[in-house]
Amino acid sequence: MIPDDPALTVCARGLSRRFNSHIAVDALDLDLRRGEILGLLGPNGAGKTTTMQMLTGNIAPSAGEIRICSFDLLEVPARAKACIGYLPETPPLYRELNVGEYLHLAARLHRVAGNRRDAAVAQVIRRCGLKEVSRKLIGSLSKGYQQRVGIAQAIVHEPDIIILDEPTVGLDPNQILEIRALIRELGEKHSVILSTHILQEVEAVCDRVQIMHHGKMVFSDTVAGLRATHNGRSVNIILRQPPAIAVLRDIAGIESVDDEGAGRFRIRFAPGADPTATLVGRAGTENWGLQQLAPAQTSLEEVFVQLTRDEVAQ
Amino acid sequence: MIFTIAGKELRSLFASPLAWLVLTVVQVILGYGFLKRLDDFLQIQSQLARLASPPGVTELVAAPTYATAAAVLLFAVPLLAMRMIAEERRNQTMTLLLSAPISMTEIVIGKFVGLTAFLLLIVLQVLVMPLMLATSTVLDFGLLGTLTLALLLLAAGFAAVGLYASSLTTQPVAAALIAFGLLLAMLFAGETAGDTLRARGWPVPAALAQVFSPLRNFEPLGKGIIDSYAIACALLLAAGFLVLTVRRLDGQRLRG
Repeated sequence: MIPDDPALTVCARGLSRRFNSHIAVDALDLDLRRGEILGLLGPNGAGKTTTMQMLTGNIAPSAGEIRICSFDLLEVPARAKACIGYLPETPPLYRELNVGEYLHLAARLHRVAGNRRDAAVAQVIRRCGLKEVSRKLIGSLSKGYQQRVGIAQAIVHEPDIIILDEPTVGLDPNQILEIRALIRELGEKHSVILSTHILQEVEAVCDRVQIMHHGKMVFSDTVAGLRATHNGRSVNIILRQPPAIAVLRDIAGIESVDDEGAGRFRIRFAPGADPTATLVGRAGTENWGLQQLAPAQTSLEEVFVQLTRDEVAQ
Repeated sequence: MIFTIAGKELRSLFASPLAWLVLTVVQVILGYGFLKRLDDFLQIQSQLARLASPPGVTELVAAPTYATAAAVLLFAVPLLAMRMIAEERRNQTMTLLLSAPISMTEIVIGKFVGLTAFLLLIVLQVLVMPLMLATSTVLDFGLLGTLTLALLLLAAGFAAVGLYASSLTTQPVAAALIAFGLLLAMLFAGETAGDTLRARGWPVPAALAQVFSPLRNFEPLGKGIIDSYAIACALLLAAGFLVLTVRRLDGQRLRG
């Protein structure tokens, strides 16, 4: 049952969606709190897009209920949808309109009152850096600008909830940084759901992360909590004259050591421990010939790989 | 909200060369036909004057022009309607409408109103030609009024069929062909079905079959007779296909 908590902007329970015999999303629970950025993570085909389409009312769930700002999406869709701004994977842009016209249309469709519409469009143009292209046809814009117009469309009516499906796909590194900064800024006033398969993106912008796999939610935690508790950190180390592997294992705070050959080791620290200094010190005194010491995959990557490994094995 | 969508559709139509082309071609075809008939009328005018109650210029020149316009709409409407839903789905721009706080009915009616408003332009194009004669002769404005109403009702019915066809596929050209096929089938089958049913002595099914016979509904108004049943049938046809379109799109949300 859905808890009636005003701090929850999105609350989905038992959400399922099947396409003929294929189950795209299976009994999914999802919560989003006010002012939170939630990263929805998963390999391709995990059901992220289907989940977002259900949350925004673009497709109907086969089972389950969705509550948006305490409105039931299936019973009062208009009230619920008014609280959402959605940027789908392919931005829904009319190429034959110019940016200003298009954003005016988006504002009208989202029932922004006539007297506030000009101000809302002007503000969103400023916010998304669209000033110099506001009179250009959308069809003539670069991919980066089109993506920004897509985001502008999703936030023009100042929704409580912003749902972004892979907002940085296909952008160059500078644009990615700009969009991430914009998302962080949005996260201060709105709640945001962000789907991606880029892990750094989640670590860079999200407060909380949920990992999907084969349509199921397999992991849900805050990014900070994840860093603090889960698995501890790992480092890669290269030694020219490596000691016996047991010597490395015996160092306090080291949980496991994998020999990857040619003096390369992958060392995982115990949760909360950081024996880097000890490691470097002993490498010096015992003359292991330390050549390189670098942080390995982030903890999130490890969790992700662990949870979704069977995909790789197939 | 309906008018927001209708306005957007109109803008999209005018942004494409297709709409302008259709308007031009329609004007050329109808203009030629109109002038030809006017010419013929002037030639036989002296003979007509000898008749007891001779048919006027509205009957002999305007009415056939409207009939030609009806035939032209049969081709024009599928072309104009084909992109309305099919292309939105193919380009995935439908998401903008579906995510907004608007019902499917509002979306479909908005698109229908937009398309019908454009078709109203074609109807006005047709109307302007006989009106030009008003400076030099006496027109039968009653007949002209019912002719215009008949053409508008026909256009609205065709628009609803075209919109439904556009919701069936994501390929605009396929949608145009489906619409054209549906309209032709209705013109032939609707007519024959009505006659056959009536010949068998089944007046009620025959009367219902008239809904799917747009030309039969066009005829009485085209002769200046305000036949409320024919008007009701024409409106029912448009409404029926709009309902089918809404159901189709809602079905896609549930299944597709």
